[in-house]
Amino acid sequence: MLNIKTIDDATVNQRVYQLNLGPQHPSTHGVMHLLVTLDGEVVIKIEPIIGYSHRGHEKMAENRIYEQFLPNPARMDYLSGMIFNHGYCMAVEKLCGIEVPRRAEYIRVITSELNRIASHFIGAMDYAMGLGAITPFLWGWDDREQILDLLEGIAGSRLTYSYGRFGGVRNDIDQAFYNGTRRFIDRLRGRFWDYENLINQNIIFIKRSKGVGVISKEDALTYGVTGPSLRGSGVKYDVRKNEPYSAYPEFNFEIPTREAGDCLARYQVRMAEIEQSLNIIEQALDHLPPGPVRSKVPRFVTPPEGECYLTFESARGAVGFYIVSDGSRIPYRIKVRAPSFSNLFAMTKICPGHFLADVIAIFGSIDVTVPEIDR
Amino acid sequence: MNITQLPYIKDIFAFMGSDLMAAVIGLLIIAVFVPLNVAFLVLVERKVAGHIQLRPGPMEVGPHGILQTLIDAVKLLGKEMVTPGMTDKVLFFLAPILVVVPAFVGWVPISFSPIMQIREMNVGVLLIFSFSSISILSILMAGWSSNNKYSLIGAVRAVAQNVAYEIPLLLSTMSVIIMTNTFRMSEIVNAQSSVWHILYQPVAAIIFIIATTAECNRAPFDLVEAESELVSGFHTEYTGMRFSLFFLAEYTNMVIAASMATVLFLGGWFGPFFPGLIWFVIKVYFLIFVVMWVRWTYPRLRFDQLMNFAWKVLIPIALVNLLITAIVLKVI
Repeated sequence: MLNIKTIDDATVNQRVYQLNLGPQHPSTHGVMHLLVTLDGEVVIKIEPIIGYSHRGHEKMAENRIYEQFLPNPARMDYLSGMIFNHGYCMAVEKLCGIEVPRRAEYIRVITSELNRIASHFIGAMDYAMGLGAITPFLWGWDDREQILDLLEGIAGSRLTYSYGRFGGVRNDIDQAFYNGTRRFIDRLRGRFWDYENLINQNIIFIKRSKGVGVISKEDALTYGVTGPSLRGSGVKYDVRKNEPYSAYPEFNFEIPTREAGDCLARYQVRMAEIEQSLNIIEQALDHLPPGPVRSKVPRFVTPPEGECYLTFESARGAVGFYIVSDGSRIPYRIKVRAPSFSNLFAMTKICPGHFLADVIAIFGSIDVTVPEIDR
Repeated sequence: MNITQLPYIKDIFAFMGSDLMAAVIGLLIIAVFVPLNVAFLVLVERKVAGHIQLRPGPMEVGPHGILQTLIDAVKLLGKEMVTPGMTDKVLFFLAPILVVVPAFVGWVPISFSPIMQIREMNVGVLLIFSFSSISILSILMAGWSSNNKYSLIGAVRAVAQNVAYEIPLLLSTMSVIIMTNTFRMSEIVNAQSSVWHILYQPVAAIIFIIATTAECNRAPFDLVEAESELVSGFHTEYTGMRFSLFFLAEYTNMVIAASMATVLFLGGWFGPFFPGLIWFVIKVYFLIFVVMWVRWTYPRLRFDQLMNFAWKVLIPIALVNLLITAIVLKVI
């Protein structure tokens, strides 16, 4: 029996009423159900009801060999599929002790950061759309489109990538990707000025964002919020710096943080991270080492008995892959720690007292991907 | 034989000269012009939005997509008009009919050029304001009868918003009226033959345009149908032609508001080189373009901010402006 509460007759004649935001609603980014208790337009209580897009990825993993599970992680968080794909590869590599060539690590960093930019564009611009500004969304979409084209050129797909392989990546990057990425970086750096004018200095945007949905530092840590939402609350935590993996220690980049913890801070962190990602990509392209992109790995990996936990930073926060192996070619259990899940439930703490319109703003600023919550 | 000496011809001429005939012809022109104009404006809106958003807009139907809205209208005509269960059927049926009435009546006293005016009225300006208030009633009816919480929230917002913004709207109009001493549209325009009122009353003009934008429920004041919060606001449950009647009313109200602003502040039909009607149309469409431009640039205000803006900013400024106008007129 699903725990779905709908409007019951007892609340009809009261001042306080319940509103079902979703499961089908324009700004819930998918099938997300928020059961909101309202007094007029002021939120008293908010209860996210999840599970509408549960596809059982974790259970699927128990029924197929490690290689066959490769396409699945990208489908958990379809907006940062490349990062999830590489993360899963890293977890299996850690379990099996597979070495990855440096060139492959660099390519993974480049593609992951491109994917992070694409995801942050959706996150930041979708937030603006939740506030009612549709134009920034399409501007961001335009820039994101360039990334999708680039990644399509090397990975073959535009959204749910399966580019990583155990011990490297599927294929080397070509000159077209290299030049295209350079061009894209130059183009995007020129576009920040437009975004500054269109959104960041827009008076209504600031009025709608500033001081709305403040997640305090303590709340953020209590609820296990990670990613830009945590850094917007002033905690300088990024898995790429704090628990470095892949080739990230070799690059010089900063972790942007904001102290305010409101929607504007989260938006600003996202936009600042796009710039940092551009720096990382540029450094990686400058110092791209030669060599193979995949080490010698057996066709089917057979990890030893044991378990491993690997955490990495997706566009939404810290993702954890916990893999238990019983020594066979099929994983015994794969548990995924999804950042959207923790981030979403911080809403229940911060939304009461805000207006209905702010719920949409807060939901957009936390930037969850619904399929990732349910997996 | 002189043709005019025939008795029945005389009657026909006499009839054509009468007010009734002028009114019938005028209303026919309105009935044809309003839907076509809305179809054109929707296309303009989509093209403007498209170009602001770095995309071409509709391109498929006809050259550069100019027939897109006609096709959309045909599609909407063919749609089933669904009445959801548990609705108040009478109000649900009446609301979209009621909403187009002010949209049509509002055209009657507007003077597009010295000769193009359906009916000169002593209370022309007041007539438009009083009829535009009816559209709020129909929005409330639609929201209330839909049996949908989104619709109801939208309707409640609409009433509060329109009550708040009618005050600065009337106050800013008042400062023009006390300068011209008339509610007649053509006399207000004639008073601007040398200098447009926007030069005397820049503050009132800006307040007028902001308040009419809010009255027409256009972004950034489109809280009534805020699609990211309320799905579609008060017309969430409406389908097919009923939905498009709301759409028609919204765009027609926009044109009426722009025409009012043109008459009150931008000198109506006055302008060099071109005939009056062309100048009038240019000014109206320029104002509409500005409104569209704003819509695709700014996010939506929150409800409390919207109310604060009306009561704490617009109304005091409009009052002070009216006071200063009155004092200056008295002194002069």
